[in-house]
Amino acid sequence: MSTVTDSIFLPATAARFDNLVTLYPVKRSALVPMLLYAQDEIGYVSDAVVAEIAQRLDLLELDVRGVLSYYSMLRTEPAGKFNVQVCTNISCMIVGGYDILDHCKQRLGIGHKGVTPDGQFSLEEVECIGACCWAPAMQVNYDFHDNLTPAKVDAILDDYAAGRGEDVK
Amino acid sequence: MPDVTLTVDGQKITAPAGTLLIDACKTAGIQIPAFCYYPGLSLQAACRMCVVRIDKMPKLQTACTTPIAEGMVVSSESPEIAQARKATLQLLLGNHPLDCPVCDAGGQCELQDMTFKYGAAHSFYQEPKNHREEQQWSPTVYFDRPRCILCYRCVRMCGEGMDVYALGIQNRGSSAVIAPNIPASQSEDGLQHLDCEECGMCIDVCPVGALTSDTYRYKTRPWEMNHVATVCTHCGDGCKTSLGVRQTIDGSEIVRGDNRDKSGINGDFLCNKGRYGFDFANSPERITQPMLKQADGSHKAVSWDEALRFTGKKLREIREARGGGSIGVVGGNRLTNEEAYLLQKFARSVLGTNNIDHHRTADYVTFAAALSGHRDRFASQHDNEKAPAVLLIGGDPTNEAPLTAWNLRSNVRLNGARLYVANHAQIKLRRQAKAFLEIAPFGYGAVAAYLAGDDAAAQSAAHDGENLGRFREALRGEGSLLILIGSELRGNDLRRLVEFGLALPNTNFALLSDYVNAHGAADMGLLPDMLPGYQPLGGTHDYSSEYGERFSNTPGRDMVGIFDAAQTGDLAALYLVNANPVARYSVDPASLSNTFVVVHDMFLTETVRLADVILPSANLYEKSGSVTNSYGDLQLVKKASDRAGVRTDLELLVRVADAMGADVRKLVPFGKKPQANGIRADLGQTRGAQSGEADRHAVWLTSNNLEIKLSPFDPFAVLDEIQRLVPGYDLLRLQLMSGNDQHLAPAAPADLVRIEPTRRDLVLPAEDTLFTSGTLGRYSPKLVELADKYTHEPVGIPAD
Ligand code: SF4
Ligand code: SF4
Ligand code: SF4
Ligand code: FES
Ligand code: FES
Repeated sequence: MSTVTDSIFLPATAARFDNLVTLYPVKRSALVPMLLYAQDEIGYVSDAVVAEIAQRLDLLELDVRGVLSYYSMLRTEPAGKFNVQVCTNISCMIVGGYDILDHCKQRLGIGHKGVTPDGQFSLEEVECIGACCWAPAMQVNYDFHDNLTPAKVDAILDDYAAGRGEDVK
Repeated sequence: MPDVTLTVDGQKITAPAGTLLIDACKTAGIQIPAFCYYPGLSLQAACRMCVVRIDKMPKLQTACTTPIAEGMVVSSESPEIAQARKATLQLLLGNHPLDCPVCDAGGQCELQDMTFKYGAAHSFYQEPKNHREEQQWSPTVYFDRPRCILCYRCVRMCGEGMDVYALGIQNRGSSAVIAPNIPASQSEDGLQHLDCEECGMCIDVCPVGALTSDTYRYKTRPWEMNHVATVCTHCGDGCKTSLGVRQTIDGSEIVRGDNRDKSGINGDFLCNKGRYGFDFANSPERITQPMLKQADGSHKAVSWDEALRFTGKKLREIREARGGGSIGVVGGNRLTNEEAYLLQKFARSVLGTNNIDHHRTADYVTFAAALSGHRDRFASQHDNEKAPAVLLIGGDPTNEAPLTAWNLRSNVRLNGARLYVANHAQIKLRRQAKAFLEIAPFGYGAVAAYLAGDDAAAQSAAHDGENLGRFREALRGEGSLLILIGSELRGNDLRRLVEFGLALPNTNFALLSDYVNAHGAADMGLLPDMLPGYQPLGGTHDYSSEYGERFSNTPGRDMVGIFDAAQTGDLAALYLVNANPVARYSVDPASLSNTFVVVHDMFLTETVRLADVILPSANLYEKSGSVTNSYGDLQLVKKASDRAGVRTDLELLVRVADAMGADVRKLVPFGKKPQANGIRADLGQTRGAQSGEADRHAVWLTSNNLEIKLSPFDPFAVLDEIQRLVPGYDLLRLQLMSGNDQHLAPAAPADLVRIEPTRRDLVLPAEDTLFTSGTLGRYSPKLVELADKYTHEPVGIPAD
C-alpha cells in the first residue's frame, strides 16, 4: 500500500493527506483537494507533487496529470508571491472588468498567466469569482478586493508590494 | 438472458435482454455509425454519431449506450438523424486538417466514410485551424493531434484491453488532447513519449489517422497493396496477421502487418511482433544465393545447380561410406507442418538416420503421453476466451504469448472468469488473478505433486503454506478448469500436473511453447525417438513399409547426442533447416570442423557461418502450408511476399533428395503415379495472393482432397500424406482453406504411455519477450530497436 515515508510536504499537510484518503469510498476521490492543498504549500503542482500524490492514491502519474490539466486553477509552473486574479466575467465586464485587467497588465508589465521578473506578482484573467454584487472584483491569492477602480488597484498593489497586504494562502 | 423484441426501421428484431441497441442492430444487419463505441471496451458515448430516434424518448439517444427493451420502436435513419450526425461531423471537422490525400487512414477511415455518407464536407468555420506538428511518441507510435476526434478508443484499449494504461486525456474542451505517459518535463528531449508494450492496438482501433505506426506511415495506400492473411511467425499463439504486400524489383516486400478483417483466431488482437516484426523479410542482409565454403574458409556464391549437385553428392558419399547414423538433422520451429514432416521423412528415408531433433521449447512428448486416451482434453486457444476458470502455472504469457494474455484479460474483464496464477515470478497477469501463488524457486515439481495430493511436497512448493492450501482448495472447488502450463513443467512434473487435472471433473489443458510451429515440429516427429504423431519408433506403426529400406526402428541421437558425436568425430554430416544450435546450445564451432554442414537459412547466423553449403531459404511469410500453435490449433499459411533467389525449405528438401538420387515420388506423393494417394493436383487456389480467382470446381476438389497435385513442391501433397499417416491430424480441408483455425489433438498411441522415465529432458525454454524472437528477432530492425529501448518492465498500475 501507499504509505509515504519521505513526503515532500510539511508534516501537517502530510498528516492531512493521510486523513484525506480515508474520507472517501475510493481513494482517488481525494485527488482534487490534494492537488489544491499541495499547490498552496508548494506554490504549484510540480513533478514531485504529481509523483507523491499518485503514490498516495494508487494512481498513475498520467491519471494525475489528466485531472491536473483539466482545471485551470491548478498550476504546473510557479506563480508570483501574489497571484492577482482579475475577473472579466459578465457582471465585472459590464462595469469595467477589462479596464481593471488592462490596468493590471500595464502596471505589472505582464500579461495573462505572466509573472513579474522579481517573482512578486503574477496575473491571471479568471472567470466569475462569486463577487458579482461588488463588481468589478479581483482576488489576490485567497483575498478578495471589490468595487475596484484603477486607482484602488494601484493602492492595493502598492500595499502588497510593501508587504502590507494580507498574504492569505 | 431472455430475449427481447423490438422494432428498428419497421423491422422486428430479437436479441438477448441487456444487449446494446447498436449491437442488436448490427446483428440484424442494420449499421449504426459509431466512432467511440468499440466492442469489448467500456462505453464512452463521446462522439454522438450513433444517435437514433427512440419512440417515447424526448431526444435522440445514443445507440451505443442504450440497452434494448421490449417493444422499443427505433428509427436508425431519418432526416433528423442525418442532420444530427452531419452536425457532429461538422464539429469534428472544425479543426481537422483535411489531409486525407496523405493520411495513412485515407481509404479506410471511419471519419472519411461518414463524411462521404452525411456530406459534411463544407465547413462553416472561418477561423484559422489550430495546427500541431506530428509527434513521435515511441519507436512505433506517432500522434497527429489535429486528426484526433477524441473518441477515447485508444485510451480505453491501452488501459482496459492491454492493461498498460499508457495513454490518457489532458486539458479540457476544445484543447483536450490524448497524452502519453512520459510528460515532456520528464523526457530527455523535452517532448512527450510513451513507455509501453508497443502493441499498436491503439493505432489499430483509432478510427482515423491520428495514431500511426512508424512502420507504415506515409509508405503507401491501402488499395495499393495485396493483403494476404497468414500466420505470425513469432510466438506459439499463432495469430492471423494480414500482410500488406507491394511489388518491388526483386520480388515483393511486406509494408504492413495488421489484423485487417479481425477474422482470425486472434480476433482484433495483434502484438507488436505480429504487427511490425515482419521487417526481417525485407532485410538487405538476406542470403539470396547458394554458397559453398572454400578451402580458405570463405563462402563463395555458386549456381543453384552446382550447390545442389555438390550437396547431393557429398551427402550420398557420406551415407554410403559412414552410414546414415553419422548424419544429424536439426529442424527449426518456424517450418510449416509440411516442411517439418518432410524433413524427418527425408532424414529417415533418404539420409537413413534417426538423429533428428529441434529446439524443444516445451515437452510435448510427455504432454501427449500424459493425455493419451483423452483427446477431448486438449484445449484450444479459443477456450481462453470463455473458460469460467483458468489455472496458469508457469510461463509468462504477457511476454511470451501475448494473445494468450490478451484472451485471459478479456475473459476476466468481460466474463468474470476466475484466473489462478501460480508462478515463481511476479508475472503481470497476477493483476487479473483471483488468486496468486508464489512458487518457491525450483518448486514447480513440488507444486504439481502437492496439487496432485502429496502434502509432503508443500514445504518445497511455496513459502506461504497457507496460501498454497487455499489455492489447491479453490482449484478443487472449480467445476470446470482450463489449465495452461508453462515450459517450466516437463517430464514427471508435467505428468503429475496433468494427473491432478484429470482427477478434477471437467478440465482441459494446453502446454505453452514458443515460435509459430514449435508444436508442429514435435507433432511432425522432429525427434530422435518419435515418429509423427508421437508414435514411438520402437512401437507399432506403418512407417517401415512407408519409408522404405533405409528406415530404421532404432531411436537416434537427440540434440545433445548429435553434438556429442561431433565432439568425438562421429558426426560426418549435419543438416540444419532454419536452426541456430551453435548459438542456442553454445556449440563449440571447432567441434564441427570435420563435419559436412548443410544449412537452409536466411541470414549468416553463428551456425550458418560454419556451413559448407548454404542454401538460401524463404521464411514463413514467403511460403504456403499449415502450422499448429501451442494449443493444437492448425491454420493455413499463405504466401505473402517473395524474394528473388530464395526457395522454400520444402522445395530445397525435395531438390536435395533428388540430387542424392532418391525417388522424389516416394518422398512426396504427387502426380498421377505411382501412389493411389497421390492422384491429386492443386490448381492454384491455395496460393494466397498469387492465386488469382479460384474456380469453384477447383475449390470443391481441393476441399475434398481430390485435386491433382502436379508438383513435388506442393505442400498440399505433403499434407495429404500427413493426413493419411499422422494420428490426430484428421483435419478438414474446407475449414483449412477458408482460413479458419481447427483444433487438433494428438491421438497418442498406447506405446507412448510406457516410453517415459529414462527419456532425456531437453526442453530449453525460449524465454523470448515482447521484443525478442530467437535468432530471427535479431534480424528484425524494429524488434532490435524496441528491445534496446526497453531494458525494464513496461509500466502500468491500475486505477481503482
Ligand atoms: S501499449 Fe503502447 S502501443 Fe499498445 S495500446 Fe498502449 S500506447 Fe498503444
Ligand atoms: S487518437 Fe484516435 S483513437 Fe485516440 S482519441 Fe484520437 S481519434 Fe480516438
Ligand atoms: S501474440 Fe504471438 S502470434 Fe500473436 S502477433 Fe504476437 S507474436 Fe505473433
Ligand atoms: S462576474 Fe466577476 S465576480 Fe462574478
Ligand atoms: S458511438 Fe455512441 S456516442 Fe460514440
